[in-house]
Amino acid sequence: MAEVLVLAELNPAAGGPRKTTLEALTAARALGEPAAVVIGAPGTAAGIKDVLAEYGAAKVYVAESEDVDAYLVAPKAEVLAQLVTDKQPAAVVIPSSPEGKEVAGRLAIKTGSGFLTDVTEIAADGTATQVAFAGATIVHSQVTVGTPIYTLRGNSVTPEPAPAAGAEEAVPVVISEAAKQTRVLDRVVEQKSNRPELTEASIVVSGGRGVASAENFSVIEGLADSLGAAVGASRAAVDSGFYPHSFQVGQTGKTVSPQLYIAVGISGAIQHRAGMQTSKTIVAVNKDPEAPIFELADFGVVGDLNTVVPAATEQITARK
Amino acid sequence: MNIVVLVKQVPDSGSERKLDPSDNTVARATADNVINEMDEYAIEEALTVKEAQGGEVTVLTVGPDTATDAIRKALSMGADKAVHVSDPAIHGACAPQTSAIIAAALSQLDYDLVLCGAESTDGQVSVMPALLSERLGIPQLSGARKLTIEGSMAKIERQTDGGYWEVEAPLPAIVSTWDTINEPRYPSFKGIMAAKKKPVETKTLADLGIDPGTVGLATATSKVLEFAGRPPKGEGVKVADEGDGAEKLVGYLAAQKIV
Repeated sequence: MAEVLVLAELNPAAGGPRKTTLEALTAARALGEPAAVVIGAPGTAAGIKDVLAEYGAAKVYVAESEDVDAYLVAPKAEVLAQLVTDKQPAAVVIPSSPEGKEVAGRLAIKTGSGFLTDVTEIAADGTATQVAFAGATIVHSQVTVGTPIYTLRGNSVTPEPAPAAGAEEAVPVVISEAAKQTRVLDRVVEQKSNRPELTEASIVVSGGRGVASAENFSVIEGLADSLGAAVGASRAAVDSGFYPHSFQVGQTGKTVSPQLYIAVGISGAIQHRAGMQTSKTIVAVNKDPEAPIFELADFGVVGDLNTVVPAATEQITARK
Repeated sequence: MNIVVLVKQVPDSGSERKLDPSDNTVARATADNVINEMDEYAIEEALTVKEAQGGEVTVLTVGPDTATDAIRKALSMGADKAVHVSDPAIHGACAPQTSAIIAAALSQLDYDLVLCGAESTDGQVSVMPALLSERLGIPQLSGARKLTIEGSMAKIERQTDGGYWEVEAPLPAIVSTWDTINEPRYPSFKGIMAAKKKPVETKTLADLGIDPGTVGLATATSKVLEFAGRPPKGEGVKVADEGDGAEKLVGYLAAQKIV
């Protein structure tokens, strides 16, 4: 069976691959036999090899070098391009993070291939599903030149175990000077949180302008914590200084696709919809019965968030 | 410090956007077209750097004739001149092809710094700095929320989940900007009037030395096979809170087996 390369995305904080990697391994099976590619500092692969095998990696290509972490994007694309040349895979699947998309783009130029970003599904014939225009349009696309390269949007595919051999193969890492131009000096974490990553979370609770203040976002956080959810914010809330930009959902922010999205005090402007429209179930709380968010909501409560949300949090906590 | 800002005209994300069923490309002719919002931050950043270091700001766009509106907007904010690559053969070009066109146009310009928005609101592919870096051999500094130029080096804070990476590269480099980087200025009346007299050079693929047969829909590296509107959602349930809103909400979540 043809091999499909899957670039592992790592989660240094948790020490394992990100969930998006397991999703990519699952999606890649439609096209052939997944082979994971681990590119990172020495020692990266040891701790994650087993889980990659558990999720279907027949092989695990390991490219470890200080250089790949010291420079931005370009070294990873070089390693992958070399593997594409050597192994002639049927396709390459990469988790759709900002870095993943950039690696995909560089790989496409290097290998003379086409690439499709933010795909939500890959069919056996290579046709990918994409969501365009704020989720309003569903598109089916194909790569027509070279080795198809896909980046898979997080939370689009449910990771399913499919134990495979996970045979490790070391890949020599030779990084050109051209790929060593953009140096990463420091990686700074500003917000430490025990909550799940916004784009990976199965439940997201977001607050908007209606939350009315930064302090009052504790109402949103309380509901999120009772559900084990991530916290998001609308652009209006971020622009008003209620919550940091890295939690912004919507156009110019994050795109999320959780099982459950709870929009609190969010009117539902199209720019917000762009980031959450593909959520499986949408719940809205807003005092304005005409708010457009209700057009999207599976369940809506017209009411004051300051009474409804704390009471709901209390009841959810009591049910545990 | 000569700076080129890449600008793209896009259908307004606040209005209805469509694909053209005749060839599955973005329906630009019938759309309410505007300058890509994120590009305004790149223009602002270019003007800020120019004000500190001198030099010239050139706007570069690839797009149909209507894209002159986006160019005028950039010039009215304060950019000095513009290059507009327009050629019917470009219609339907994919991202790698577009990057080849932009790279060829950049190669005809004198630049120390290239700036662009971190994403366009139509395609949202967000990889142009990576593609141009690959083609031109200049470093990419993408996803900036802060840019600092020190001598021959450019340093950015690359926005990440929950923080940032400090990243630096030698000039010339390509930097893309998020909307966290600055607050774009509004064009003044004087700026709008002055923009009408600023030079806009139009170039065709032939001017850039690109064979029209290598770009456009027919030879694109990917294609849209078909598209459809998202199926309408079933009518949701909307309840008014009469002291029982929380209970109903939790009841719904319980019915969905979420709690």
